[in-house]
Amino acid sequence: MKPRTIAPILLIGLLLLTLLSPFIGSIPIRSTDILSSDPTTPAHTIFWQIRLPRLFLGMCTGIILAVSGMIFQAMFRNPLATPYTLGVSSGASFGAVLFMRAGFELSSGVFSGVTLAAFLGALTSIGLVYSVVRLRGVFSTSRLLLAGVAASFLFSSLIMFIHYTANVQDTFRLMRWLMGSLAMPGYTLVWQLMVVAVVAVTVATLSMRELDLLSTGDDIAESRGVNVERIRHILFFATSLMVGAVVAACGPIGFVGLMVPHICRLLVGPGHVRLAPSVILTGAVFLPVCDLLARTLAAPAEIPVGVITALLGGPFFLWLLVQDRS
Amino acid sequence: MNSPAVLVQNLSVSIDSKPILTDVSVSLESGRFLTIIGPNGAGKSTLLRCIGRLHKLFSGSISIAGRPIADYSRRDLAKCVSYVPQSGDRGLPYTVREFVMMSRYPHLGSFFTVSRTDRDAVARALGEAELESFAERRIDTLSGGERQKVFIAAALAQGAPIVLLDEPTTFLDYRQAAGILDLIRRMNRSSGITVISVTHDINQALDCSDWILALKDGHAVFSGPPAGLLPAGTLDRIFDLPFEVLPTPSPRIFPKRPIP
Repeated sequence: MKPRTIAPILLIGLLLLTLLSPFIGSIPIRSTDILSSDPTTPAHTIFWQIRLPRLFLGMCTGIILAVSGMIFQAMFRNPLATPYTLGVSSGASFGAVLFMRAGFELSSGVFSGVTLAAFLGALTSIGLVYSVVRLRGVFSTSRLLLAGVAASFLFSSLIMFIHYTANVQDTFRLMRWLMGSLAMPGYTLVWQLMVVAVVAVTVATLSMRELDLLSTGDDIAESRGVNVERIRHILFFATSLMVGAVVAACGPIGFVGLMVPHICRLLVGPGHVRLAPSVILTGAVFLPVCDLLARTLAAPAEIPVGVITALLGGPFFLWLLVQDRS
Repeated sequence: MNSPAVLVQNLSVSIDSKPILTDVSVSLESGRFLTIIGPNGAGKSTLLRCIGRLHKLFSGSISIAGRPIADYSRRDLAKCVSYVPQSGDRGLPYTVREFVMMSRYPHLGSFFTVSRTDRDAVARALGEAELESFAERRIDTLSGGERQKVFIAAALAQGAPIVLLDEPTTFLDYRQAAGILDLIRRMNRSSGITVISVTHDINQALDCSDWILALKDGHAVFSGPPAGLLPAGTLDRIFDLPFEVLPTPSPRIFPKRPIP
């Protein structure tokens, strides 16, 4: 069978698994439990207040990360470019850590102060990486990745400095958060990320033609009528918001933006008119499935989902790097 | 009165306070073929990029069909001017048809839906460039000559009356170059498209163009019909190299000494 015929079957299977995932876990849940009239039973609470919001959180985060990866790859014209590999997640983490360490408890409307700080961190690092890469006009893979590594190192050492100044409890909390996790009960974060996921889907679907042209080169895009500067500003702003929101809520979860768009490209080709919808759909099932693994592989203990995606993504990244001939 | 298709007046460009172009003027009627020649670094590509508004910082004025290019929206300008970059190392993962279809961007309707007109324009452009049999091939599997044809077909599909070409035949072998020149000449002669082309090949410029502009160190040192290049000494001054002209039947030009 060809991958194109297997893919829909696989996707439907994963979708089912995703939808059934709240029933799977260290504490089994039967359908009678969740519909019981007594909302105080443990099974009822675990299902409605822990596993279901976690599923939604995973779907929203998966969509956001996958879409931001796809946008980065088109803008930087490189399959290895993602917010994570270019150090933008580190920038967002730094913003968030700085904010948390400073002990602010701000919150305005839907978005918390941590989100805002992470957003600013993301925007700063995108600006940094882009201007470094742009200096010479060409986006060579080595240059791009080096700029990303440099940004990652810079922000990681700043984060380490903040660790150094923090007490033991805070350090432990920050460490756990930096591993990336979806284990947050309740619906507050779900609503926040749902708003951002809607932004991600809107931006991705409205800019499909522009992403196609941007991925062929700025001069071509511009001569075909794309206002390159404006669309780039919009995309930088949108992806910073996306990365900032995810990092503030779940910590940096890596490699989703690398793996999902790449798998989709193999199946539906590079054209964004078909790529964008499939990336959105795959992102929505990929991360919940990783999260299911994270909480069942070592049950009753939980592995942070960021560790799972990094374990899958690291080798994947190396494989892509070996394949890259440019 | 008809305004010229392209009018460049007193164009000067500096990049990092280094002058690239100084006081260059040229005017081109619709349907004509202008070739820009000159040594490396003379500012040929910069001039081309200014006319296409790909390089935006300049003094002086550039008008397309009587209207300053800054007054056009990006999409409206794309309906008037298309640009063929050096395609050399661009191994794009898209199929030929997908890539050529992208050129229809300025014409796409609301929600960017592809219409019948767009499909027809792409089919016509692929036909003119004799690329029908390559339509579903990926661009990164094509040879340099085929790839260049794809880029020209894309410019044709864009439907603009003016096409800018940046060294369309550099890096191609003789047969491929001849095919590309044929295509460019056809679109100029049969479809009435105004062509501005940058090239290193003087003989090619003599064969195709109605007008030649020679740049040297950013200055326009020659502007006139091709025959004006033939008198002894003209080319020598442009390239700082002695040239020899073989006059008949169609003049050929050679450097006197092989370039060391």
